[in-house]
Amino acid sequence: MQVKIEHLTKRFGDFTAVEDFNMVFDDGKLVALLGPSGCGKSTILNMLSGILPSTSGKIYFDETDVTNVPPQDRGVGLVFQNYALYPHMSVLENIAFPLEIKKVPKEERNKKAEEMARLVHVDQYLHRKPKELSGGQQQRVAIARALIKQPRLLLLDEPLSNLDARLRLEMREEIRRIQLETGVTTVFVTHDQEEAMSISDKIVLMKNGVLQQEAGPQELYDNPANLFVANFLGNPPINNLNGYIKDGYFVLEDESGKIKINNPNVKEGQQVVMGIRAESVAIKDGDHDFEATVKQRYTMGKEELAFLNIGNQTIRVYLSSDYEFKEGETVFVKLRDKGVFLFDKETGVQI
Amino acid sequence: MKNNDAVKKFFIYLILALGGIIMIFPFYWMISGSFKTAAEYNSFPPVWIPGNWLNFDNFTKAFEQAPLMKYFLNSCIVTFSSVTINGFITILAAFGFSRLKFKGKEAVFALLVAFMMVPFEMQVITNYQTVARLNLIDTLPVLVIPFTSSIFYTYILKGFFDTVPDSLYYSARIDGASNWKYLWRVMVPIARPSLVTIMLLNAIASWNSFMWVQLVINSDRNRTIPLGIFAFVSDAGSDPKLQLAAATIAVLPMIILFLFARKYIVSGVSRGGIKG
Repeated sequence: MQVKIEHLTKRFGDFTAVEDFNMVFDDGKLVALLGPSGCGKSTILNMLSGILPSTSGKIYFDETDVTNVPPQDRGVGLVFQNYALYPHMSVLENIAFPLEIKKVPKEERNKKAEEMARLVHVDQYLHRKPKELSGGQQQRVAIARALIKQPRLLLLDEPLSNLDARLRLEMREEIRRIQLETGVTTVFVTHDQEEAMSISDKIVLMKNGVLQQEAGPQELYDNPANLFVANFLGNPPINNLNGYIKDGYFVLEDESGKIKINNPNVKEGQQVVMGIRAESVAIKDGDHDFEATVKQRYTMGKEELAFLNIGNQTIRVYLSSDYEFKEGETVFVKLRDKGVFLFDKETGVQI
Repeated sequence: MKNNDAVKKFFIYLILALGGIIMIFPFYWMISGSFKTAAEYNSFPPVWIPGNWLNFDNFTKAFEQAPLMKYFLNSCIVTFSSVTINGFITILAAFGFSRLKFKGKEAVFALLVAFMMVPFEMQVITNYQTVARLNLIDTLPVLVIPFTSSIFYTYILKGFFDTVPDSLYYSARIDGASNWKYLWRVMVPIARPSLVTIMLLNAIASWNSFMWVQLVINSDRNRTIPLGIFAFVSDAGSDPKLQLAAATIAVLPMIILFLFARKYIVSGVSRGGIKG
């Protein structure tokens, strides 16, 4: 099912949680709502489920306007961050609960519930209580319960944040598998960029209730719309070099270096921030862009993370461990084309 | 260090044991006394253990001298009705105050909690006038009606309901459950320890209720067991053995009830009571 959101706004008193949000979620896709806490992503999810009424704007499921349709009539499945399993019911009863409400005969609903349990791989725990399950298993049960009534839209609120690191990896792949197997349009909320990058078809990045950029994971990483997006994605975070434009060159703030740039959109004298991904730097003699001093280095197995001082600013870069550097040594830095961006300092927009 | 701990433990248990004996002794004296013969009862130094635990003479005599069975039955009817009706109303009220949204909810609840400070003795006068005008004096319903709702139990249960995460409610709502269905299928089963506690407290209060019963009940046939025993003391002359036997019959149901529900009580009070 396609979800279309038009001019969606949510205010709590004076506080605007979501501001004029427009979006289309395509049928059968897995979409991540990404952003730091308080960015309005969960608010959007709750408005999609119908738990939270919107202040203004419209939500369409396919062609139907569901803005004022109560939660139970929207045909959505929702998995909460804490899973919200009913502690006094067994796994089977939990999964079958939505059908129990629909007054489906016991035999039929149990059969269906067992099917769902098999899909999410908890069929050997059917008669256990939720507290006898691990976090990952509880998560699976919650997903099965959300899926049993065959929702048109599956909503997951921070589905992995209550799990430990190893389980998180496993469950995010599971979520992707289940989503692909069922083909249900899915929206999940997360503050973890890696989670969003790894499994989603599309990422919607939010900040302070305002949409920053929507794009596929790679596109978002390779072509951030603004400084916030660039800073939010990537580990280690992107490096920011402050400077200005002079005679077609990017000049560092302290004038300790400059780079020729081929960007027709820059204006003479414009204050800019150069974003450099940690992997977009090479050490090269001869044709180089900057001179830098090695401040510190950390070996990370296949590569090495180095802190370089360029003038009075520091950048963090990956270097292949072929090079043997000593701390304090001067090196020549060449920037690659990919992963280097210019942003207007005031607006943050990519130039 | 270890030795020190053992000594400490010894004294703690010693004090607990002494406390326990002080608490249990009157019950033991009552129960053992009701099995004693006249000679055993009057001897000095006292006989601690009756010669024959199967000596039911005192019970038989007690039942002969007063309609204890009738009183007992009255008490059962009153306690059962009071506990079920009160439980039902408490559940609905607690759910309303905990989960539903309506105007003035906080104010109404604060007002109710403030009313808890009014002692029962002060309500007695107005309650009496009310039931007198309803022409209910000297009937069994009058022992139930004033106690069909309780602010205190509502307060405790609401405290527990408040601890149930919102997500359970929203999850159930999305799955299509109505408030009613959610309450009985999810909330009430989860709150069972709290519920058992308040119902048990209510049962004890109702069973032991004396002052109100004495005020509104005049005829013999409508007496409950506490009032019955009170009357029995004068009716049966002053044979303490028979009084002890009657008292034993009176407390027995509550002791049995308590033993069955014991494990719920502590967890129920501490879980529901702290928050709020």
